[in-house]
Amino acid sequence: MLKWIQQFFKTFLLIELLKGMAVTGRHLFLPKLTIQYPEQHTPMSPRFRGLHAQRRYENGEERCIACKLCEAACPALAIHIESAQREDGTRRTTRYDIDLTKCIFCGYCEEACPVDAIVETHIFAYHGEKRGDLYYTKEMLLAVGDQYEAEIARNKAADAKYR
Amino acid sequence: MPLVTIDNKEIEVPAGTSVIEAAQQLGIYIPHFCYHKKLSIAASCRMCLVEVEKAPKPLPACATPVADGMKVKTRSQYAIDAQKGVMEFLLINHPLDCPICDQGGECQLQDIAVGYGGVESRYAEAKRVVSEKDLGPLVATDMTRCIHCSRCVRFGQEIAGQMELGMPGRGEHVEVMPFLESQVNNELSGNIIDLCPVGALTSKPFRYHARGWELSRRLGVSPHDSLGSNLTVQVKDGRVQRVLPADNEAVNEGWLSDRDRFAYQGLYADDRLTVPMIKDNGRWIEVDWATALAQAAGALRVLKETHGGDALGFVASPAATVEELHLLQKLARSLGSSQIESHPLERSAGRGQARWLGMPVAKVNTLDRILLVGSTLRSEQPLLAARVRAAVKASAELSILHAANDTQNCAVANAVIAAPSQWLAALTEIEQALKGASASAEAQAIAASLKSGANKAVVLGAVAQIHPQADALHTKAAAIAAACGATLGFLPVGANSVGAAVVKAQSGDVFAAPRKGYVLLGLEPELDCVDGAAAMQALATAECVVGLTAYKGRAPEYATVLLPIAPWAENEGGLVNMEGRLQTFNAATRCQGEARPAWKVLRVLGNQFGLEGCDFDTVAAVRAEALPDGWLEGLNNAAPAVDLGAAVAGAIEWLAETPIYAVDAVTRRASALQATAMAAAPVATANASLLARLGGKTTLRVRQAGLAVELAVRQDDRLADGVLRIAAGHPHTVSLGARMGVLEVEA
Repeated sequence: MLKWIQQFFKTFLLIELLKGMAVTGRHLFLPKLTIQYPEQHTPMSPRFRGLHAQRRYENGEERCIACKLCEAACPALAIHIESAQREDGTRRTTRYDIDLTKCIFCGYCEEACPVDAIVETHIFAYHGEKRGDLYYTKEMLLAVGDQYEAEIARNKAADAKYR
Repeated sequence: MPLVTIDNKEIEVPAGTSVIEAAQQLGIYIPHFCYHKKLSIAASCRMCLVEVEKAPKPLPACATPVADGMKVKTRSQYAIDAQKGVMEFLLINHPLDCPICDQGGECQLQDIAVGYGGVESRYAEAKRVVSEKDLGPLVATDMTRCIHCSRCVRFGQEIAGQMELGMPGRGEHVEVMPFLESQVNNELSGNIIDLCPVGALTSKPFRYHARGWELSRRLGVSPHDSLGSNLTVQVKDGRVQRVLPADNEAVNEGWLSDRDRFAYQGLYADDRLTVPMIKDNGRWIEVDWATALAQAAGALRVLKETHGGDALGFVASPAATVEELHLLQKLARSLGSSQIESHPLERSAGRGQARWLGMPVAKVNTLDRILLVGSTLRSEQPLLAARVRAAVKASAELSILHAANDTQNCAVANAVIAAPSQWLAALTEIEQALKGASASAEAQAIAASLKSGANKAVVLGAVAQIHPQADALHTKAAAIAAACGATLGFLPVGANSVGAAVVKAQSGDVFAAPRKGYVLLGLEPELDCVDGAAAMQALATAECVVGLTAYKGRAPEYATVLLPIAPWAENEGGLVNMEGRLQTFNAATRCQGEARPAWKVLRVLGNQFGLEGCDFDTVAAVRAEALPDGWLEGLNNAAPAVDLGAAVAGAIEWLAETPIYAVDAVTRRASALQATAMAAAPVATANASLLARLGGKTTLRVRQAGLAVELAVRQDDRLADGVLRIAAGHPHTVSLGARMGVLEVEA
């Protein structure tokens, strides 16, 4: 009975509305948190998992040895690898594709990699304009790696002591 | 029988059983590397150390025989500490390069290290590095990974019978290596890949191509010899990546010959036929199936109507399945032709008779006396040779009659080495010696050997079946077998020779008189027939040749219609092996391109002719019709009634065997096998006295009837006098004509 009376007064005294207005009023005077993207960026962890990249050693040799552990670890089956023996006798991929539309950015590939070849960069703003644009081949991944190597190396170094 | 307690479970096992085997019977797994159920005990890895009550130290379970009242603990802290200690030692010199190792994911060391390895290595010193060994085109090595279990060495010594790997050195300097920097050149060498518990020996054709976990496994049956080894065909992306043995104790005992293991490479040869083709005014054009089949049926119908059914000849490979051969003979007979050939590498007039081994394959191991007539066993039936070796090791006596005293994988008690034309006389002498008449010393020795012993067999090999006097040899061998109470057996030439005879896919002599039209099923006539040159001649004069083939090869030269069929991994059906065992298999991969299983093609061809009873939906339905109940009673080794005429002897007799890696179209295209020493280009070998008579030249120009062939000459004193051994089944020697004939050497 008491609950019913309370409810009756709440419906036409607009108490809930006034409570909401109070929150709005308080935030009018608090410091602003809005980031002006893309001019401004939020700080990012060195562990951020964005677009993938394939890395090279300093002498230009690709790191990937076609062990296929990333392919096995990938829960979304986004990675496709074909491997063969290169002329110099080393084990190399002949094909290394990541379908970014399948990828769930869990970072297992990066964790599985014994040679730090496949990494996830901080890049999250990339796009494709037609079907298939987000199917990244080995050349595309290596190109990303070449472009951002300094940053990738810095992030890896920052995270090294926790691994 | 001793009663032992292992991990508080009691079991009674025969005396002499090792602890590891007793544990296995209880379902208790003891980690091990060097122990293998088919090999002798080395106890070199020490991984199987277990705690035995009242023993002063941990004992290796593989080398400790059970004793009554023995109490074994495999999971006690004491045992696990011992096993972990061993694992730490094993990993000291192991490179731990699993990411680039082909064994990764299917490695015993990797698996056991997960359970027994330390988290970190305490070993900070330099690891040892071992130089690579060149073991030939089949086996890749990374000897640094070797843990010296010696399984590969023991396999060579004990199973293959050819010790090609040894383990010299002591302690840290021990290394597995081939002798004198030679290669491993053995028909069973691929098994050391399976045996190696680490990645030291891996498959070279498969190297770096796929991981074990990516491959789907399909069961198959080998079509390369009449043993019918059971296969695990491993497939990825619709392509056969490698072939491993499937365990079947009654057939291949878990082993596989290199031919069965590596022939899959031939499936992806450049000249695979993947689209139906017809010859149109001398030009080959690709067409759809309907056009090609209509063209083939139309041309055959015209020939039948104008020249009669016997103007058509039907030739099939003896490795074609039961279903294919059944439909082929059904098609031939409906068209009124009696000209069907499915044993093109045999000379016997009665080759339509289903001649078989005469006993189960497993019984070969228990034989006491074996007389092997005209068989190059190690290249014909590599795994049966291993069984013969097992029998000989267990006290059997092997006697051979052949034209070459080749190195066998086991001790040969008696050997008669004679030119092929003398074989019948040699068998007659043995028969007489068995009856007590006087005979040569060798014949007496063989007769004495055959008189003793309980389980005996007289076995005729492929050379005896292609011999000009094949029927006479059969008759004499049967007489010998009857005289000494032995089983008479044959080593069928093709994977389904027995099945082909059972479904009556053999009558007539197709190439003896050229036919107007031919239907070829899965063979390359120039290489797969007794007389390849005559076959090519007959095909060249034919008006219509319908080739059901998986490969182009030389088919465009003679064929008018080419229909792409599926080779073994893409095919389905059944094969009847040498012991009369029907083994069926499904396709392991999709057909390439437009290729289709031959039974479907033949079925539709039958429909084109409007034949009754050709509407099969499944391969099993064809099989049910082909092999009605009681078909096994059709197996029959009875000797034909022939007159034992004199052989055509000549100054130079051609010993024409099919080399081990030239038995069928797929094997001939397997690149790694073709790179082995056993697939080298043909040369002419003869003994010293024949070479001296030929003038001691380094090359010879040899001919029989057709064109002369130039061949390099090698001396081999293991050959009988008057015998020139030249490999048949090779494009270079096709023009020599009929195999086992008499050769002329040009001056």
